[in-house]
Amino acid sequence: MKKTTSDMGPNRTGIAMSPIDSADIFQAAQKRAPTSPGDGSLLLEVRKQYALESGGVGHVPPPANLKGVAKTAVELLKGAKPTVFLDKLGERLAFERSGSRLYEGALAKLDVHGSWEDGPTQEGLERILNDELSHFALLSESLTKLGADPTAVTPCADLVGVMSMGLPAVLADPRTNLRQSLEALLVAELTDNASWELLIELARGLGHDTLADRFQLALDAESEHLVLVRGWLASGITLEARAASPEELGAPA
Amino acid sequence: MALDIFQEKGVPLDRQVFTWKDLVRRPYSKLDDDAFTRVRVIYMNGIMADALRTKHMMARINGSLREPLARIRRVEHFEQTLINWLNPPDQNPLETTLGFEQVAIEVTASVALREPDPYLAQTYRFGLLEDFDHLYRYSALYDRLEGKDPNTITQSYTDIIPGRATSLEHRHPLDDLRRPYDKTTAHPLSKIHAISITAAENQTHDYYMTVGPFFTDPAARQLYAEIAAIEEQHVTQYESLLDPSETLLEKWLMHEAAEVYNFYSCLAYEGNPRIKEVWQRFLDYELGQLHFVKDLFERVEGRDAASVLPRTLPEPVEYKQHREFVRKTLNAEEDLATNGPDFVPRADLPADHRSLVYRDQLNSEGSPSETVAAGYQWTPGTELAARVQRMGSTSAGRKVH
Repeated sequence: MKKTTSDMGPNRTGIAMSPIDSADIFQAAQKRAPTSPGDGSLLLEVRKQYALESGGVGHVPPPANLKGVAKTAVELLKGAKPTVFLDKLGERLAFERSGSRLYEGALAKLDVHGSWEDGPTQEGLERILNDELSHFALLSESLTKLGADPTAVTPCADLVGVMSMGLPAVLADPRTNLRQSLEALLVAELTDNASWELLIELARGLGHDTLADRFQLALDAESEHLVLVRGWLASGITLEARAASPEELGAPA
Repeated sequence: MALDIFQEKGVPLDRQVFTWKDLVRRPYSKLDDDAFTRVRVIYMNGIMADALRTKHMMARINGSLREPLARIRRVEHFEQTLINWLNPPDQNPLETTLGFEQVAIEVTASVALREPDPYLAQTYRFGLLEDFDHLYRYSALYDRLEGKDPNTITQSYTDIIPGRATSLEHRHPLDDLRRPYDKTTAHPLSKIHAISITAAENQTHDYYMTVGPFFTDPAARQLYAEIAAIEEQHVTQYESLLDPSETLLEKWLMHEAAEVYNFYSCLAYEGNPRIKEVWQRFLDYELGQLHFVKDLFERVEGRDAASVLPRTLPEPVEYKQHREFVRKTLNAEEDLATNGPDFVPRADLPADHRSLVYRDQLNSEGSPSETVAAGYQWTPGTELAARVQRMGSTSAGRKVH
C-alpha cells in the first residue's frame, strides 16, 4: 500500500528521461511536413457541421401520471417552460445521488489509509454522506410533487454524469489514497455549491418559494462541506509537503 | 540459449488454474513503466484474443475437435483476461490506442526485419508504413482533443510523423489480398509471423470498433471509423498470408507455437518483475498446451509434429525502437500501392483503377485523417507549448503586452 503521493521515482513520461531520443524525434517531426495545410480549427469545423444536424442528447420526459399532468399544467403558470426546472432538478438529483457514492468511497479510503492532523474524520465524512443522501431525497420528493418521475434521466442529469465521470473513478481506484480522493471531492463540492445557488435562483424566479427555502438549507450544508473538504485537503497537502519521511508527523495516507 | 519446445513440457493443462483475485491484479503504471511493457501487454492481449477467435471458428466447423478446443480455449480466455486487465484504469481509450499503434510499428518492424521470405517481408513493411501514419493521426487527435502530449505514451521511442497518408490507404478489397506462404516450404518463423501479425491487427480492428463510439467529438468518431476500416484491410491482408490448405490441427498447432514464441519473446525483454512473472507463467502454460495439441495432432493426423514445428524457437521479437529502419522504409516505399497481391508504385495505377475509385468515393465528403492532423507537427509538451512560446513572455496567466 502506498502511503504517500508525490515521491520521486522512475516516471518515464517526459522528454528529459531520454534526451538523445527526444531530440532525434523532435528533429524528425520538424523535418517532415504535414500532409495537408491548416490547424486544429478544422476539427472544430467538423463539430460545427455535426452540431447543425444534431438532435440534442434527449428530452425531459412527460409527467408520470394524470395527476402529474394536472400539476404540471398548474406549474406552467409559474414559468414559460417548466421542463427547464425539471431538467435542472433531475441534474441535481443525479449529482447528489452519485455524490453519496463518492463519500462511501472516501470512508473506505479512510479505513485503509487513516487520516492526519486536521484531516477527515469518520464522523465528518459520514455527516456529508448523510447530507448528500437527504438532498437526493429532497429532490426526489420535489420532482414527485411537481408530477415528474424522479427515476428518469433528464438531459442535464445525463450531461452532469458525463462531466463528472472521473470522480467515481478516482474514488474507486485502489491506487489513490485519501488525500488524492479529496481532490475529487473538492471538484464535486465546488460544483454542488454553484449548482445549488443556480437552482435556488431559478426556483425563486419561477415562484417556487417554498422549494427555494428548502434548497437554501441544502446549499447551507453544501457550503459547510466545501469548507470541510478544502480544509482537510489543505492540511493534508501541507503536512505531506513538510514531512521529510512518510512516518514523520503521521503524514497523510 | 534457444528454447527446445520438444524438451520443455511446461505446465500440464489440468494444472492451469486461476482465481478472480489472481486474474485482476495490480496493473502496470502509465507513468512509470517502460512504453514497451505497455506494448507487450497490448500485443499479447491481441495474440490471446486471436487464440480464442481462431479456436471458436474451428469449433464451428469441426465437431470432433470441440472438446479439446473448449478445454484449451477456457484457459486461454483467462490468460487473455489477466493480460488485458494489466492495462491501468487511468489510461484512457485514446492513450491505449497510441499504445496499439506503437505495437503495430515496433513489433511489425521487428517482424519485417526477421522475416526470411522477401515477399512476406515486403508485406509487413507495406502495412508498417500505414500503421506508422495512424500513430501520427491519433497523436494529433490526442493533442487537439485532450490537450496532451502523445509522446508521454510512446516515450521518445517512436517517431510521430506522417507515414503513408491514411487517406491514401483505402483500397478495393481485392487489392488487400496477398499470396500465402506455402506450408510445405515456408520457414516456421514465417508461419509464426503471419499468425502473430494477423492476431495483432485483428485485435486493433476490434478495439477501434469498440472504443470509437465512446468519443463525443465527431471528428474523433470519424477518425476511428476511418482507421478501423484500414485495420479491416490489414486483417484481410495478413490473414491471406496464411496457407489455407493447412489442416485445422496443423493451424492449431502452429498457433500454439506462435503463442509460446510470443510469451518467450516478452520474457526475454520484460523489465517489470511483476509482469515478467506473468510472461514466465504463461510461457509454461502455453508449452503445456502445445504438447497437448502436439499429442492430439500426432494421434489424429498420424504425422510427426516435428515435420511442422521448429525444434527450437527462433530469436525473440525485438522490443526496441526501430526508427532508422522505419525512416529508411518510409523513404523508399512510401509511394507503394497494391494491384491485387502485387506491390507497385502508386503512380503506375491507372486513374480508373478499382482502388482509386474506391478511395475517392470514401473520401468524397472529406478525409477525417487529413482534417484531424491538418498542419500538425509533433512538439514536446503539445502544439500548445509551441503556441505559448510564440506568444512571448507571460505573467499570471495573461500575456504581457
